[in-house]
Amino acid sequence: MSLLDIRDLHVTYRVGGGGLPAVRGVDLTVHEGQTVGLAGESGCGKSTMAGAVLRLLPAGTTITGEVRLAGDDVLTMSWGKLRAVRWSAASIVFQGAMHALNPVRRIGTQIAEPILLHDAKATPKTALRRAGELLERVGVPAWRAQSYPHELSGGQRQRAMIAMALACSPKLIIADEPTTALDVMVQAQVLALLAEVVEEQRVGLLLISHDLSVLSASCDRIAVMYAGRVVEEGPGHELFTAPRHPYARALAAAFPVIGDPVSRRAPKGLPGDPPDPRELPPGCPFHPRCPDVVADCREVDVRLSAPDNGRRAACVHTGGVR
Amino acid sequence: MSPVLEARGLHVGFGARSRAAVPPIRAVDGVELAVERGEVLALAGESGCGKTTLARALLGLERPYRGEVRFHGEPLRYTSRALRAYRRRVQLVLQDPTGALNPRRTVYEAIAEGVRIHRLPGDERDLVARALSLAGLRPPERFFARYPHELSGGQRQRVVIAGALALEPEMIVADEPVSSLDASVRGEILALLLSLRDQLGLSVLVVTHDLGLAWNIADRLAVMYLGRIVESGPAEEVLAAPKHPYTTALLSVLPGRTPVILKGETPDPSRVPAGCRFHPRCPALVDGTAQRARVNGRCVTQELTVLPATGGHRAACLLAGATA
Repeated sequence: MSLLDIRDLHVTYRVGGGGLPAVRGVDLTVHEGQTVGLAGESGCGKSTMAGAVLRLLPAGTTITGEVRLAGDDVLTMSWGKLRAVRWSAASIVFQGAMHALNPVRRIGTQIAEPILLHDAKATPKTALRRAGELLERVGVPAWRAQSYPHELSGGQRQRAMIAMALACSPKLIIADEPTTALDVMVQAQVLALLAEVVEEQRVGLLLISHDLSVLSASCDRIAVMYAGRVVEEGPGHELFTAPRHPYARALAAAFPVIGDPVSRRAPKGLPGDPPDPRELPPGCPFHPRCPDVVADCREVDVRLSAPDNGRRAACVHTGGVR
Repeated sequence: MSPVLEARGLHVGFGARSRAAVPPIRAVDGVELAVERGEVLALAGESGCGKTTLARALLGLERPYRGEVRFHGEPLRYTSRALRAYRRRVQLVLQDPTGALNPRRTVYEAIAEGVRIHRLPGDERDLVARALSLAGLRPPERFFARYPHELSGGQRQRVVIAGALALEPEMIVADEPVSSLDASVRGEILALLLSLRDQLGLSVLVVTHDLGLAWNIADRLAVMYLGRIVESGPAEEVLAAPKHPYTTALLSVLPGRTPVILKGETPDPSRVPAGCRFHPRCPALVDGTAQRARVNGRCVTQELTVLPATGGHRAACLLAGATA
């Protein structure tokens, strides 16, 4: 049984009077001990996916499909059960640790909070001791439990967020852009820490980022999202080095390989902007920006192909399903 | 011909009790740097290395306590009149375009503001339109009445760049111009900076922590650590064959390489270590490379020379043959 199994997930936000379809039919699976990457631009629906797994989306949002966490469907769960599942079955490391931590409470108290909520035997004293141990576990000195968020560096704050995510020993960790605001060296430290946690505690990790090069180095599998759907899915390294969908190709080319003469003095972007989810173009939603567009693309709403050596793409050129 | 912009023996610090005192926090601690006409220079380093302070000092926003900034060979003067004239010719582009634009002003107003402050000759509408098209927002009239929230992240960054271009500067200083942008937009903005250099002969100083960006657009690269340039030279050479263990480590953590992950973070600039300032974190001291080269004793005691502003590929490291 897989740890996280998402089937045909649709998420529609309520905006003004109308609906904004942010996720439009996504399947995704994460096994224990596996790191799965979710890539795409702002607005492609990747953070919405994270929110849907723990039902953290605003009231009034329509969610359909199935989100199975260790077999239980999160979408139909009672509130009581859902509260038990948050933190202890799955936890989230948010981007921008400065905003996700409470600025007027000590780090240790914040890490101890979920422990006190979920472990009936915990006392404030044991929970604080555990918070200190967790900080040590992620490479922050235990005395930092006494500090306030502003007294820590950006890297230490992100480590503290990871300590909090580990507090109730969840089986699944979702990390939403965990390294985006960090320096390269600190980013490497944080990614190495996450990899260690996956390796030692056999958790499943869903890593969300717009940087395909970072994902390729850390993930067993990657799914690339565009306009609310997965447009390509496959083994992490292969997807980055030999992407099949033109959008995945553009994302991969955006981060140059240093030493590759092709990208020297030739930065590559992707012209245009992602479509407004309320006014998606007909056919393939990527066709207005696609360098390989043909007549079919304007009419056929292409879906992911059947797996071929573990790879799937939603493009008319690579055997996507019509 | 002298460079467009130069730093000579530049020291910038904070927390001094008086103008004459040496400040306790030495953010920029002896830097030689030069940007030639039409050159793209990348200044790379981690948070806290002093790169933003150095950029601010080059713009006249911080005053050095020792050394000087030179523009076309002339020392920068710090009277408000001289600074205003200077800032028209050397323009700053900030990291976060959303924060840099006033949400209640239209694109036209955002760009016309600089034109009015500097009382540029010519028709205001034409100047604004020209700047927008140079920044790739075409046709410009379509963007005049837009507000920042109606634009995408990439378009906002183009508006910020257009604001700088409207003043017809000779040089642009861009502080992390793409770090808050999406992957797909990143390349577009970098391509714009390169084309501005080619079309207008602009000089560009890009402050970044992203070495991939240097590979994408820079002619020269200077790597900064704790207030000093530790390695500099033509970008290809520095990136293909780094000489300083710090640059080597920064490159090693890029995807697809064998990472040498440094412990800890850049130290506090109020406590600069003795000897080579990188020695407490240097992997060459841990793995015995420095010992085999018989420099390990000097690494912890000997102050290194400041790298020159121009010339070939050099590193401030005893292993690379630097001397005191």
